Amino acid sequence: MNLLAVSNLSLSFGGVRALRGVSFELRQGEIFSIIGPNGAGKTSVFNVISRFYDPDSGRIEFQGQDITSTSAHRIASLGIARTFQNCELFEHETVLQNLRIASDVKRALRPFSDMCFFPSVRRAELAAREHIEEIIDLMDLQAYRYEAIASLPFGVRKMVEIARGLCLSPTLLLLDEPSSGLNPEETEDLVFWIEDINQDLGITILMVEHDMKLVGEVSHRVMAMNEGEVLAMGRFDEVRGHEKVLEAYLGHDDG
Amino acid sequence: MRFLFRTSHSKDMAIFQHSGQVFWYGLLALALFVAPFVLDPFYLGELAQVFIYAIAGVGLMLLVGYTGMVSLGHAAFLAIGAYAHARFMTYGMPFLPSMLCAALFTGFISMLIGLPVLRMTGVYLAIATLALAEIVEQVLTHWTSMTGGFRGMRVPDAEMFGLALDPPRPFFFVCLAALLASMFAVLNLLRSPTGRAFMAVRDSETSAVSMGISLLRTKTLAFTLSGVFTGLAGALFAHRIGHLAPDAFTLMTSIQLLLMVVVGGLGSMHGIIFGAIFIGLLPQGIALARDVVPQGVASWPGIEPAVFGAILIGFLIFEPDGIHGRWRKIRRYFEEFPLYRKDTFKRQQQYLSTERLR
Repeated sequence: MNLLAVSNLSLSFGGVRALRGVSFELRQGEIFSIIGPNGAGKTSVFNVISRFYDPDSGRIEFQGQDITSTSAHRIASLGIARTFQNCELFEHETVLQNLRIASDVKRALRPFSDMCFFPSVRRAELAAREHIEEIIDLMDLQAYRYEAIASLPFGVRKMVEIARGLCLSPTLLLLDEPSSGLNPEETEDLVFWIEDINQDLGITILMVEHDMKLVGEVSHRVMAMNEGEVLAMGRFDEVRGHEKVLEAYLGHDDG
Repeated sequence: MRFLFRTSHSKDMAIFQHSGQVFWYGLLALALFVAPFVLDPFYLGELAQVFIYAIAGVGLMLLVGYTGMVSLGHAAFLAIGAYAHARFMTYGMPFLPSMLCAALFTGFISMLIGLPVLRMTGVYLAIATLALAEIVEQVLTHWTSMTGGFRGMRVPDAEMFGLALDPPRPFFFVCLAALLASMFAVLNLLRSPTGRAFMAVRDSETSAVSMGISLLRTKTLAFTLSGVFTGLAGALFAHRIGHLAPDAFTLMTSIQLLLMVVVGGLGSMHGIIFGAIFIGLLPQGIALARDVVPQGVASWPGIEPAVFGAILIGFLIFEPDGIHGRWRKIRRYFEEFPLYRKDTFKRQQQYLSTERLR
């Protein structure tokens, strides 16, 4: 069954056409990567799916439900989590606090019972904490629980951001360039994290990535884009060898 | 130095993290309980004033320190709370329900105001709240049938269970109880999902949205709660001054309230108390200083706002974390005494991302 179906998505900013009729489907449980040169529209696809941008036309369906005009803050509770290319964490808070904010996702604002800290609130807090601890263990963040984000190195922040995404208990995780800013060693570790998240937690992953080694190692399917259009889709080596993809990356051979 | 061993999740979310805190706060509570029986009634009144400021500070800190929105018009909410309370009591409502209704009424008004106003951010929000304060001041002056206009209105005497509350000693306890209740409520809020949503909105709106937080709803809630606590402070303030008139709720009052949370230390509950002590006792300090300095200097007009301004500038330059920040540094120094490194809190040159006007 298709988890996510994007059909004929178009988006333009003034005269710039960021997306021109992009369509693709995500199967339940796969790792799907979007590649392409800078400005190809990869992040725009992400921003449309997470509803930061409104598409001009096209349709997005998640688990059979039309989410094309759902508001952005409802996306997380439907089960779509995302990370950002340059890390968007809550800088002044600790790692634990960041994860807690994420794990509150399905909880409505209940100021009165929160102010009284009723036993039900306490129980919910403890249950949420158990879940958070599992993710801390999975992502190996034990040492950083009480560290403020601002004091952490970039590589750790990236991991915290993924962990925060997982605390939303998503069915689909959108990773926007997870390896950008990481050193080669950290990127190699990333392969294992991504595979663990996919296999152990059963989370479908949609990833935008420039590091072809990483893409090749983890992706089940790859889609290549350029100038807002889909060039090719399929297994990594098929797409990598595709004529149009080579042209987009390397330019014309004018002889 | 104390090392915290966290052995259970419930211990991790306790309000008092270790026995030392229980001891010192217990001692403070004891001192506050004994104070009314040993202190001069004048000082008792001043302390009650500090508590009232602190309650308003709780409201404003929730907004400025924890949700990251500036208000230059909080005197308006103080005024709404005070007048509503006085009105309810004039209509014959008993003290306690009247106070709670005044607080809730102020919250309701601030929600109505918040819905349109909170679509703005930064400077624009500050200007909108400033305008709001001005409007409320005009209403107080001109809606004579309700507020008594310039002549103002008398606040009925308060009593509870047949006990007069207006003399310094009972009033001190009423204010103390209200402050403790407010602080307890906000401490609880901050360790539960609602408070975390506020902090999320403060730190990154983009991220907050992708964590499923509705910006408008969260901001409106913060504004409403801020109104509730400030309104509560207003109700008590009404009894403190005894006679309400518009000139008790001017722009100067709003700025004093904002000054209180900034000087105290943004984003900390201790900061509220430090700031309230500072704001509440500074006028007395200036009055005392007048006796000491030469006659010529003491009679300068406008010396009080000037001193306030100078202190604010001093804090912004030398200690942006406020009194609470300074307190933490001093503590750290003594905790690590022989080994304290001079540059532990050295401030690096920081280049802030400028706030673009949207």
